[in-house]
Amino acid sequence: MNRINKKLQEEKKLLSIYFTAGYPNIDDTVSTIKNLEESGVDMIEIGLPFSDPLADGPTIQASSTKALQNGMTSELLFEQLKDIRSSVSIPLIIMGYFNPMLQFGVEAFCKKCQEVGIDGLIIPDLPVDVYNDDYRAIFEKHGLINVFLITPQTSDERINYIDSVSNGFIYMVSSASTTGAKAGFGDAQTSYFERIANMKLKNPQIVGFGISNNDTFTQATKYAKGAIIGSAFVKHVTEHGVNSIHKFVDSIL
Amino acid sequence: MSYNISEKGYYGEFGGAYIPEMLYPNVEELRQNYLKIMAEPSFQEEFHALLKDYVGRPTPLYFAKRLSEKYNTKIYLKREDLNHTGAHKINNTIGQILMAKRLGKNRIIAETGAGQHGVATATVCALMGIECIVYMGEIDIARQAPNVARMKMLGATVIPALSGSRTLKDATNEAIRDWINNPVDTHYIIGSVVGPHPYPDMVAKFQAVVSEEIKSQLLEKEGTENPDYLIACVGGGSNAAGTYYHYLDNEDVNIIAVEAAGLGVDSGESAATSVLGKEGIIHGSKTLLMQTNDGQITEPYSISAGLDYPGVGPMHANLYKTGRAEFIAITDKDAMTSGLELCKLEGIIPAIESSHALAVFEHKTFQPDDIVVLNLSGRGDKDLQNYIDYFKL
Repeated sequence: MNRINKKLQEEKKLLSIYFTAGYPNIDDTVSTIKNLEESGVDMIEIGLPFSDPLADGPTIQASSTKALQNGMTSELLFEQLKDIRSSVSIPLIIMGYFNPMLQFGVEAFCKKCQEVGIDGLIIPDLPVDVYNDDYRAIFEKHGLINVFLITPQTSDERINYIDSVSNGFIYMVSSASTTGAKAGFGDAQTSYFERIANMKLKNPQIVGFGISNNDTFTQATKYAKGAIIGSAFVKHVTEHGVNSIHKFVDSIL
Repeated sequence: MSYNISEKGYYGEFGGAYIPEMLYPNVEELRQNYLKIMAEPSFQEEFHALLKDYVGRPTPLYFAKRLSEKYNTKIYLKREDLNHTGAHKINNTIGQILMAKRLGKNRIIAETGAGQHGVATATVCALMGIECIVYMGEIDIARQAPNVARMKMLGATVIPALSGSRTLKDATNEAIRDWINNPVDTHYIIGSVVGPHPYPDMVAKFQAVVSEEIKSQLLEKEGTENPDYLIACVGGGSNAAGTYYHYLDNEDVNIIAVEAAGLGVDSGESAATSVLGKEGIIHGSKTLLMQTNDGQITEPYSISAGLDYPGVGPMHANLYKTGRAEFIAITDKDAMTSGLELCKLEGIIPAIESSHALAVFEHKTFQPDDIVVLNLSGRGDKDLQNYIDYFKL
């Protein structure tokens, strides 16, 4: 069974952390992953940096630009991750934009993911219907779970369609925004969380965007299976480095 | 075989809508409505009335006698430079502002490189009394001060794009991010035949008035609707799309697309996307784009700020791939020389973008009885400083 599916069966609320590979320093990728697991994080999203990250706000954009300047590439990331499964057992997901994967070759990319022990992918700009028509078979052949996003503007009909194509969890974007844009949740989010919870989808939901501390983590996971923190973590690492990761995680859990 | 868009939003294998889910409702709303709205008689009436009385259409199809003599062929210039605001860009912004109104939007965002599309957007927003926000790369703001001033005079807010390379592609990213953050009340007026479906098709349809006019004007002057050749410069490709639109599937008409070679196609300082680009995704569209082996989008170079886009509209990528259009890359030097030549031979100062198209006559020989229609997409006022610096005037 895929590590993501196994993790989702655990009777607890899950904390997933996003970080940008090769940031702040090119060699920080592996130590970040190890520190996150040791700190008690349930799942990790490894951000593959892209020059033009449309869905991301300033914090993750800046970390991506720096990581690319540091020399991060798809090939280097796979090289850095080649022994990761000898020491890390929690689910690992690569989050990145479609163009670098397309240039690497989608099949070759998926094959590499499988080889190093990646469990799933989040590709914000790969539309669900294109995935379903052109790439689903390749992902499944390599045992990869593809995770789709929904937002407060996504119609029930489309959510049901996304649910039917998904085989892991649904990434529930908390508000209409880029990453790191808004802090905290209001009534609009609460009613959105309730609406989705009442849809009784087959895939559990994990909330992302707008989660930065224990308070927002608790609010998000009241309705959902887990929550993802990205920008707030990247900020923490920017200010305090990868050795103080446990402090950040302790403040959330 | 059709070179037009498919029902799913593709030109051959290019196009589509590769967008984050956060953008899906905005783009889908537009996709479901744009053809319906454009077909409404009241829309067509308002669109054409504004093109006539406000923009100044139809623009002349001018027989360039002295230029024709020099190159021993029959050259007609489609005078888009005579439009209000000085270029073809306004055809699209008029169409899109009417679209935005019918979609009930009360806030407009746009990206701009050199500022021409920004000015054309600010203009129509002023005309309609709608709030206008223009994203422009920090570097472009510094080098295009007069257009920044124009936009401000027209009531627009110009927001510097501080991310990435701080030029057109990053201004486009920022506009898209704005749209993600404001999905309900905002319409994004893209300036070219780029971006996710339905933008390339919608913008092409608004620009198609150019080839519609060429047909009737040429019939009047030459007794045929069909030229032997159409020539247009291509950055993103909106003036070219308008020029080709009604001739795409008429293979009696040869199509020439002119890209900016910058300092030379192999110099590392170029914007010749078709030659240097590889298939990929930029701004939500599958097309040809300039990128590293790792799939990072790179920064193109051209002396013309309107041609230095790292991608190209999916219609043009398909015209290139299928061989329907001949692509010619013109260097800064050749473009500048041809621009100055038009000044001297015809008394017309062209935009540097259009000067690239004019340089084709130095690179390709036409027959004396060939009818060649070239889109003179913009006037050179905005480029005066470049001409002054280049020719030390």
